[in-house]
Amino acid sequence: MADPTDRADSARAAIPDPVLVVEHLSVAFRGEDAVVHAVDDVSFAVAPGETLAIVGESGSGKTTIGLAILGLLDGRTQVTGRVQLDGRDLRTLAESELESVRGKQIAIVFQDSLAALNPVQRVGTQIAEAITVHESVGRAEARSRVIDLMGLVGLADPPRQVDQYPHELSGGMRQRVMIAMAIANDPAVLIADEPTSALDVTIQAQVLDVLERIQARTDTAIVLITHDLGVVAAMADRVMVLHEGRAVECADVDDVFYRPADPYTVGLLAAVPRLDRRAVRQPDRQPGPPPDPGRDPGTDDPLLEVTDLVKQFPIRGGIFRRPTGVVHAVDGVSFSLWRGETLGIVGESGCGKSTIGRAVLRLVEPTSGAVRFDGTDVVAASRRELRRLRARMQIVFQDPYASLDPRMSVAATIAEPMRIHDSYGTDGAVRVAELLAQVGLAPADGARFPHEFSGGERQRIGIARALSLEPDLLVLDEPVSALDVSIQAGILDLLGDLQAELGIAYLFIGHDLAVVRQICDQVAVMYLGRLVETGTADDIFERPAHPYTQALLSAVPIPDPDRERRRRRIVLEGDVPSAADPPTGCRFRTRCWKAQDVCAEIDPELIDRGQDHPVACHFAETQEVI
Amino acid sequence: MSVRSRRGRRGRWSGVRHEDGLRRADPALGERTEQTGFGPTELIPAATATLPSGRARGEDEAGRSQLAVFRRRFLRHRLALVGLGILVAVAVVCFGASWFAPYDPRAQDLALGPVGPSASHWFGTDELGRDQLSRLLYAGRISLGIGFAVALVSTLGGTAVGALAGYFGRATDRTLMWVTDLFLIVPELAILAIALQYFGQANWTIMAVLAGLFWMYAARVVRAQVLALKEQEYIEAARAAGASPLRIIVRHILPNAIGPIIVTATLAVAGAIIAESTLSFLGFGVQPPDTSWGNMLADAEGAIGTDQAYLLYFPGAAIFVTVLAVSFLGDGLRDAFDPRSGRR
Repeated sequence: MADPTDRADSARAAIPDPVLVVEHLSVAFRGEDAVVHAVDDVSFAVAPGETLAIVGESGSGKTTIGLAILGLLDGRTQVTGRVQLDGRDLRTLAESELESVRGKQIAIVFQDSLAALNPVQRVGTQIAEAITVHESVGRAEARSRVIDLMGLVGLADPPRQVDQYPHELSGGMRQRVMIAMAIANDPAVLIADEPTSALDVTIQAQVLDVLERIQARTDTAIVLITHDLGVVAAMADRVMVLHEGRAVECADVDDVFYRPADPYTVGLLAAVPRLDRRAVRQPDRQPGPPPDPGRDPGTDDPLLEVTDLVKQFPIRGGIFRRPTGVVHAVDGVSFSLWRGETLGIVGESGCGKSTIGRAVLRLVEPTSGAVRFDGTDVVAASRRELRRLRARMQIVFQDPYASLDPRMSVAATIAEPMRIHDSYGTDGAVRVAELLAQVGLAPADGARFPHEFSGGERQRIGIARALSLEPDLLVLDEPVSALDVSIQAGILDLLGDLQAELGIAYLFIGHDLAVVRQICDQVAVMYLGRLVETGTADDIFERPAHPYTQALLSAVPIPDPDRERRRRRIVLEGDVPSAADPPTGCRFRTRCWKAQDVCAEIDPELIDRGQDHPVACHFAETQEVI
Repeated sequence: MSVRSRRGRRGRWSGVRHEDGLRRADPALGERTEQTGFGPTELIPAATATLPSGRARGEDEAGRSQLAVFRRRFLRHRLALVGLGILVAVAVVCFGASWFAPYDPRAQDLALGPVGPSASHWFGTDELGRDQLSRLLYAGRISLGIGFAVALVSTLGGTAVGALAGYFGRATDRTLMWVTDLFLIVPELAILAIALQYFGQANWTIMAVLAGLFWMYAARVVRAQVLALKEQEYIEAARAAGASPLRIIVRHILPNAIGPIIVTATLAVAGAIIAESTLSFLGFGVQPPDTSWGNMLADAEGAIGTDQAYLLYFPGAAIFVTVLAVSFLGDGLRDAFDPRSGRR
């Protein structure tokens, strides 16, 4: 492995006058048992107008670097090395001197904008504070500067929004407020710590756009801390790859992506699921049409048939908690799923995709519509029938930390469905060991408790639990979105193998289109409670015809810098409207660039409009966007 | 288990904790291998790498029952052991008072009168010349009995009410919480006085009435816990597997709420002992010739500020030590029930 310091040094030599130079930075935490080196001898430099991406998986120390630069780590940590800003070593400054640097010369944007903003202060006040901390300006001047800043970060209506509270703004708007606070004093360096990780892709595209525009205007040096290699490819000039606190690679973005020098980087790049191709697939299953022994389309009955599914949640308000309206979470959705096949339902947060998964299992009661599972009506099933049905349809949850009972051993967790259905019997323990082996865990792991496992291992336990009754259908509710990419690949492979072996049908619910591409045969795109486009994975990804699908795909950055530079991105305006008061006609028309009068009047049906797959748009037209 | 083997375990497990993301796994455990593995081929060594330590752990844990794991964790909690020791000692001497008490607690020695602690009367005597140590031991039977019985009954009852209200919500919740709030706002001393007049002042009625006034705290705490826990995905996972509400409450929710329940129970023990003292002090509680610690305090009311203050110290200390021991014990039980506290 090349010494990362050397490469950083040579890279620095190529760029004139870096504004921020970090040399031999190390951070150690004193744990209960041992000293943990969170950051180990990391060096890098950033020049004005340059974007350096620090990439790493969870626990790699990337956030710690950002905090160490700002001197925000607490007394339990030991920081060594130099952090030079414009020639001044920040590490030697007193706390009071540091305060005048923070926010003025270096600013930071955090990931969780809800936690980082004070909920009881108007956003305008908070942005103004970022200014008045460093210079004395009058109230009126501060206010007008705040409004300017809010306009700069792309907030739609600054004079009104300046007086709003954080909870009144959407996640994307709050992140813009955070950016406005960070750039209030034209800092020389902006540290963005996972600025878009909590956002939907279309909103992420907007925020990345804002960062780029600001950089072009003010020549700020940006340190972008992220786990998303797509974002890196789209934004970065140079990349530092961090692994367990050490910089394994630090080079130009093209070098890192096309000529990675470190085996860790090579592995990381190989593991990233890609929108533009089915990359990581298990070797025993070829991409393309699903291997479907029993299926003869047209004659065979689907395993799962959902017709006109509607789920509304009442909104209660006032002191008497009377229903004052309804949220149309799912509004007339129909689809079918055959044995051994994977249907992906994709959409942004709040579009109702998780509700569909839960309504299929009747974990939430559908308001109307039919769910037929292998010929049986799930919605009308009695409690007894439902219990029997649930043995055949299981669910794997998103959060591997929340979905396992911390008080139950792994074996007891996996055995529980069998015990509920009285099928544990004498060979139950053997079955548990078999399931553990099937998901790649050791039989002895059964005696351990969930907290002793990593996220990926926990997700395997969740899968083993779901498989214990040999279900025909598995609802996978974002099963990999809480995991690092290298672990994602392992879980996706496992799911693929299990399907090939057991012929289970998957209903895969996800927001990560690249992951959906890896595993799904059929894809349904959802927007505000409705399906807008359905088809095979190739139909959706290669030949999208609905403007929303096109925008969604276009918003996902591809981990390929060259392609990213050549791609034209469709950036949607605004936020998703409220599901409590959806637009008339086509739900997407308020953000659609093709929208015309007819869209508000006639609700487009989901039918084949000459693109060989159903699209719910009056102006459907195939366009390649990846 | 010897101290040495315990230290050995601590060393081996020291790296596994990673809840805060900072302590990384010991590479030998194979967890890191998964962090860096990229596909199925890399994951297989991860799985096999888990085997050696997994097997070692299997010998440690799989060979033992859940109860043994619980016992081992509990035995590691020193303060809890101290608390348990004190409680057992207090219980033994109180309930075995007929053997341990040096005098008949009711035997008066008017000629002796009140004298301070001495070799013949360790804790001194009161105005009637009764031996305070003997009285304290006999009184402890009643105080401990009432304390633990009230705690047990009120916690069980309160847990049931709270679990039902929290899990089923809606009208069940509203009704049960309405009743709970009603009990919380009634003036307890007045109710107690009336109830005891009505039912008679037998010790068991005092107990029943106190339990009737203590269950609401457990109900409120458990309801809040259930409300939070029932949103957890593992509860939904159990529902998806077809589990009945009873099974979900008993197997998943209550075990995860055990910490606050135990804390509430220990507070109820302390509260009941003190409430009984208050009642006795006011004359509604335990009636002579029976004695309780609270009753002894009440008798010694006039001793405040005199040189007979020792009459207050010993029953006061008995209440204090018992309540403290119960709360140490409660801490240990709470930790022992939590598998996440296993490695320390």
